[in-house]
Amino acid sequence: MKMDNALDKLWKTLVWAFMVFFVLNVIAMIAVVAVNSFGTRWLGTWLPAGYTLRWYKSAWKEFQLSDVLLVTFQIAGAVVLLSALIGVPAAYAMARRNFPGKSLVMLLFLLPLLVPPITFGVPLATVLYKYGLAGTMSGVIIANLVPTVPFTVILMMPFVEQIDSRVEAAARVFGANTWQLFLHVLVPLLAPGILAASLLSMVRTVSMFELTFLTAGPSSQTLVVALYYSVFAAGVRAGQSIDAMAVIYMLSTLIWLVVALRFVNPTQIVGRAKKSRTA
Amino acid sequence: MATASADFRELRLDRISRTFGAHNALKEISLTVQRGEFIALLGPSGCGKSTALNCLAGLLPLTGGSIWLDDRRTDTLKPEERGFGMVFQNYALFPHMSVHRNVGFGLQMQNVPKPEIKRRVDEALGVVRLASQASKLPAQLSGGQQQRVAIARAIAVEPPLVLMDEPLSNLDAKLRLEMRAEIRRIHRMLGSATIYVTHDQDEALSLADRIVVLREGSVRQIGTPQQLYERPLHADVAEFMGFRNALKGKILRRAGDEVEVDCGLGAAILGTACDLTTGTEAVLAIRPSDLLATASGPIQAKVTGMEYRGEAYYGTATGAQGQELFFRSEAPLQAGDTVSLTAPKDRVLAYAAGAYHG
Amino acid sequence: MADASSGTLSLRHRLAERGIDGVTLLIVPAALFVVLLFVYPFAYGFLLSFAPAKGGWLENYRRFFDDPYMYRTIWYTLRLAIPVTLLNIAISVPIAMQVRHLRRQKLLTTILVLPITLGTVLVAEGLLSYLGPQGWLNRALMLFGMIDRPIRLVHNYWGVFISLVITGFPFTFLLTLSMISGLDPALEQAAATLGARSRQRFAKIVLPLIVPGLAVTFCLAFVDAFSVFPSAVMLGAPAGETRVISLAASQAAFEQYDYSYASAIAMIMAVVQLCFVGLVLLARGLFYKGPLGGGKG
Repeated sequence: MKMDNALDKLWKTLVWAFMVFFVLNVIAMIAVVAVNSFGTRWLGTWLPAGYTLRWYKSAWKEFQLSDVLLVTFQIAGAVVLLSALIGVPAAYAMARRNFPGKSLVMLLFLLPLLVPPITFGVPLATVLYKYGLAGTMSGVIIANLVPTVPFTVILMMPFVEQIDSRVEAAARVFGANTWQLFLHVLVPLLAPGILAASLLSMVRTVSMFELTFLTAGPSSQTLVVALYYSVFAAGVRAGQSIDAMAVIYMLSTLIWLVVALRFVNPTQIVGRAKKSRTA
Repeated sequence: MATASADFRELRLDRISRTFGAHNALKEISLTVQRGEFIALLGPSGCGKSTALNCLAGLLPLTGGSIWLDDRRTDTLKPEERGFGMVFQNYALFPHMSVHRNVGFGLQMQNVPKPEIKRRVDEALGVVRLASQASKLPAQLSGGQQQRVAIARAIAVEPPLVLMDEPLSNLDAKLRLEMRAEIRRIHRMLGSATIYVTHDQDEALSLADRIVVLREGSVRQIGTPQQLYERPLHADVAEFMGFRNALKGKILRRAGDEVEVDCGLGAAILGTACDLTTGTEAVLAIRPSDLLATASGPIQAKVTGMEYRGEAYYGTATGAQGQELFFRSEAPLQAGDTVSLTAPKDRVLAYAAGAYHG
Repeated sequence: MADASSGTLSLRHRLAERGIDGVTLLIVPAALFVVLLFVYPFAYGFLLSFAPAKGGWLENYRRFFDDPYMYRTIWYTLRLAIPVTLLNIAISVPIAMQVRHLRRQKLLTTILVLPITLGTVLVAEGLLSYLGPQGWLNRALMLFGMIDRPIRLVHNYWGVFISLVITGFPFTFLLTLSMISGLDPALEQAAATLGARSRQRFAKIVLPLIVPGLAVTFCLAFVDAFSVFPSAVMLGAPAGETRVISLAASQAAFEQYDYSYASAIAMIMAVVQLCFVGLVLLARGLFYKGPLGGGKG
């Protein structure tokens, strides 16, 4: 019995130690990028010889970051807006109505989330090239909408289900028409959900490498693709300015994530996705 | 299984306490349970009765006091080392195991040989009259059957003590009465001790040898069902036991147990002193079924409502100073009528005022 | 006129009874969108893969399976994806078991969500310096005397492996945690009062109940790992031991501009994923799949 308890304790300590090790490594990995972006010369030591901001200046110029950032947020903004406009009404209808073939439609919305982007990205890019959309900003926006529209639908459905349908009935009884109902009752009640879905779509789009990589041209690259190319072509440019760009990229996703996490719990999001996936 | 398992004489709770942060869920509770006894822990929700049960089972550690099984201290043991049987409120049957495997789980954990497990599981299922359902999964059973499996699982290990946490609260009214009789029968058959948590007085009265009334984490009274029903020691216990009328008044005269109290409802009311030490203020507690409408009683009040309950009519009335009264009547009365009420003096319990809400 | 309006009315009525009305139509734009931009490209790619620039209709597939440099990509990808996914699940379960009762769960989950959010490109860039011969990890290991000289962790199998663990573990962990948190705690308590020690409670109660969910988690995580792309290029040896199948597909499309061949590779990729997922789900059918609560509580 004593032996068992000691083993239990040892096991628990091991698990904790592993967790700490993992988290430390993740933090260290991020810290390396940040430290390097501020370092002057860093060769064969624990920390750089000195600190400077000049890599940010050179990265900004060399990679035309102001253009890339502008493109990135134009694309992300368009994706967020469009996926909310298309996704939220669909989520509402999916949550409220039962109709023949509903499970089929559900499958239709689940597939783009289940199939990895690189798998459907290649044929999608092929089609976009065929219609001359690839390489343009609208092509990148369209490609990024493919996962975010279904994502918005799936994420919003439970939010709609949480609203008591009697609230809507009551609004109808008091004379609200469909438009008024939507504007005065549904949108305010769904606001937290819409906000969460929008923020997460934003994060997804900013960090979506595969689809943007496959469809973007030189003038429609987002930050993450520019980062990939610069790492790929490393040697030509200083590692520090690449890392400066990486830090800017990190900040541009993390801001949205931090805001999003104020509204939703990560376990919930993943849990919900899983529940609907297994359903 | 007709004989009680592990031999023991008594289970002793010695001033056990449990705090959650600043909240005292249990305050120094002491209780001794004899072998073969059926104890009900009774109280409103939040009184600490489930906390007490979880502490006994070892699912919650104590923050003070100790628990003894004869000379063996058990509160320092993990739940799996205590060997008590427990029936959970939602049954907590293992959904992926057949009834047979559910009931045999405890024996399997003790490394009992397979043929022996089978024999004892069959015996336990026989006791709860479910022998024919052994191979089903819990989800294939009705609520009452699941309840029986939960009991069989708890008793199959022949524990010295069976803990039950509101086991009947998920059943419908008819099934609840049936299972009540079953639980009583099974308890008698096993001869072990049972501790049963409930908020339902009827259940506690009909099942228990002794009832422990808890309120806000403290024991208010321990007694037999008769004692609790007829002579609650405190006003709050009386209220919980169905004494709905609570009339405040001045003590006019006191002789031994007999008191005479003026409640401002007409003439003075005769009652029996319970928790009445000194002072001049008292609260009288009367069950609605003992407060009868008659031609001439000491209490005068105005009828506000009436409902028919088969064996009699029960009404509400308001006294001269706005006191609310619940009474019984053989005949229907109209709202607005004046009614005169009386109660036998040994059914009118007098408590010290101010102590009412414990 | 009157007839026509009553006719549409009754049609409307009949449709409404089956759940189709104005509200249901709100689904149409989203559904149409997915059909046009997901189903159609897939179907187009499927057909295109059977229309090679030259040769018979199966030429693309023949070419792929004749060329060891190509068909080995399947093996290279599986060799990464399967061990990574298994490892991620194997470490997720004990950690989720231990963390589920933690009060400051949100802080931990937030830290773990970071690598998912940052995406594979940034993780790869970070690991490139962190794991490199002069990186902090090698320095720390040498400082503690665990190694004599830097071990090679980038531009080979292990670099990609580690990056997949870092991006894949949080996802697996969050799914596992939500599953384990969904278990009725009374089940384990009941097992405890019946004498089951913590290891037995895990083996006899928790594990059998979460195995079906773990199978689904395995599928999702596997599919993600199988489509590994940027980190295989940046951290691995893209011409050698980490030449993964998605790299082959993108090279066919954007370096050789052979969309037909690229589509064929994408289809092969989808089929391998599908086969694997199908096998896992088939095995899952052998386990209990009901609700995770006890009885009718």
